[in-house]
Amino acid sequence: MKDPIISTRDLTYIYQAKNAGPLQKIALADITLQIERGSCVAIIGVTGSGKSTLVQHFNGLLHPTAGSVIVDGIEVGSKGVDSIALRRRAGMLFQFPEAQLFERTVYADVAFGPKRMKLRRKEIRSRVLRALDAVGLPHAEFARRNPFELSGGQKRRAALAGVLAMSPSILILDEPTVGLDADGREEFYTYLKRIKETQGVTVVLVSHDMAEVATLADWLFVLHNGRLVMQGEPRSVFAQGETLRTWGLAAPPLNELLALLRKGGITLPDEIYTLEDAFDSLLQSRKLSGRG
Amino acid sequence: MEQIPLIDLQHISYSYAGQSGEGAPTTLALNDVSLQVQQGEYLVLLGHNGSGKSTLARHCNALLLPTGGRALIAGHDSAERLNWRAIRDTVGMIFQNPDNQIIATVVEDDVAWALTVRGLPANVIEERVTWAMQAVGIERLRGLPPNKLSGGQRQRLAIASVLALRPQCIIADEATAQLDPLSRQDIVALLHQLNSDFGLTIIQVTHLLEEAALAQRIVVMEQGKIVMEGTPVQVFADLERLRALKLAIPEPIALAARLRNAGFRISEQALTVETIARELLN
Repeated sequence: MKDPIISTRDLTYIYQAKNAGPLQKIALADITLQIERGSCVAIIGVTGSGKSTLVQHFNGLLHPTAGSVIVDGIEVGSKGVDSIALRRRAGMLFQFPEAQLFERTVYADVAFGPKRMKLRRKEIRSRVLRALDAVGLPHAEFARRNPFELSGGQKRRAALAGVLAMSPSILILDEPTVGLDADGREEFYTYLKRIKETQGVTVVLVSHDMAEVATLADWLFVLHNGRLVMQGEPRSVFAQGETLRTWGLAAPPLNELLALLRKGGITLPDEIYTLEDAFDSLLQSRKLSGRG
Repeated sequence: MEQIPLIDLQHISYSYAGQSGEGAPTTLALNDVSLQVQQGEYLVLLGHNGSGKSTLARHCNALLLPTGGRALIAGHDSAERLNWRAIRDTVGMIFQNPDNQIIATVVEDDVAWALTVRGLPANVIEERVTWAMQAVGIERLRGLPPNKLSGGQRQRLAIASVLALRPQCIIADEATAQLDPLSRQDIVALLHQLNSDFGLTIIQVTHLLEEAALAQRIVVMEQGKIVMEGTPVQVFADLERLRALKLAIPEPIALAARLRNAGFRISEQALTVETIARELLN
């Protein structure tokens, strides 16, 4: 890899490591991975597979029990590390981030982080307005609104603006669309995609739903019981439908359908990502078999 | 003669008053909705966020009372306070987050809780608790604390605790929204099994079309009104309309429709990955 922004080596994390005994739980075991600067990766796994524990190392919320984590040149957990600087570099949006909105106006909420960074007023203002516009909450319309009166999807995006206003170089999103409907999800990902393209930020997505991250991520890491069990481009991971099922994961429904068809004897190319491709390939295979 | 419906909502209207501050126009969350649900039916209530589907479901067990029209549940009018206990014993409800309704520190105590409150004899409680846990497949977890359970298992526990009251109907309000795809399929399969094994009436509230394919009837809501209604085959026949209602069409179903238009022999009954694959392979 040319320029990894995050790299871990034999990362192991044990909850309750100090008071050994039955309460010890190995949450992560020997994870070695690299994330390319400017890329969008997704960390996939069922509840309890260790994905949230892993990403909490990326902004120094957790320190490795063994092994190392280097984020943008900073070694997490080493003595004398400025953890505040680390957290500004790696911004994290937690699950159900709307629960963290607390100010009286959307503006004040997004401005909270930059204010704590002791930036000049003008700089704060310009960052807040830019962040609001970037997440699709035009500042002229939304800055003075009460955050609690926004829709569910808008609240999430307001929370995202709060992280963006800190100008992080890595954006970590933990299950960002759980509980949103199809529309809210699509909107969220549309803005995220635009942010990624225009701001060159590295995006780390945590999700249990591969179908959802399929269009956005260019690399997937699959976790199971605290171990990194598979990684690759989405298409090569989705092709492993049966293996994924043993880890409690499901490939996107379209991939499942194609897998059943291949199993039933229809010859289809491996490289099918979209409905359009699937349609064309099936037309093609019908012509070849001389039916219809 | 027509069966008397288990749930009979007659011209219901509902507005959430005062939520947008004073002077704001009150919006109708439900606007003159009528819906009958028969005993033993499996109904899916579909719609995007804010369409009114959850508000409608909450009128089926007197969690909300209509501001206009009336709601009869097993013949009981929800406007009468004295009927609430009977209504809620008839129609149980589970929600998006099972943790909000799990209260005990041991699985079997949680299932027993509502029965204990009602002062049932110990042997009846024991019998019902065991039955409910077996029905949802968590019998072997009975001695565990709920926080040791996975998300899917906790949702099963919430269902068992409602089931122990022997309701005639269970409403599942976005009960799969926080689960991963496989656990989601498991919970939907469980609801279908309860429906076929015990004749339990199920009202499943969801925004996911793929969860609606096996329902007996689908009701689609938009802006507080019922805008589509029918069997899955009837409802899925109009994908354009569903798209316009902001519902995501499952890719296998969209693919099947395109192939059908292109002359492939694939019936409109094929609404799941398995059935679509089977028909394409024939």
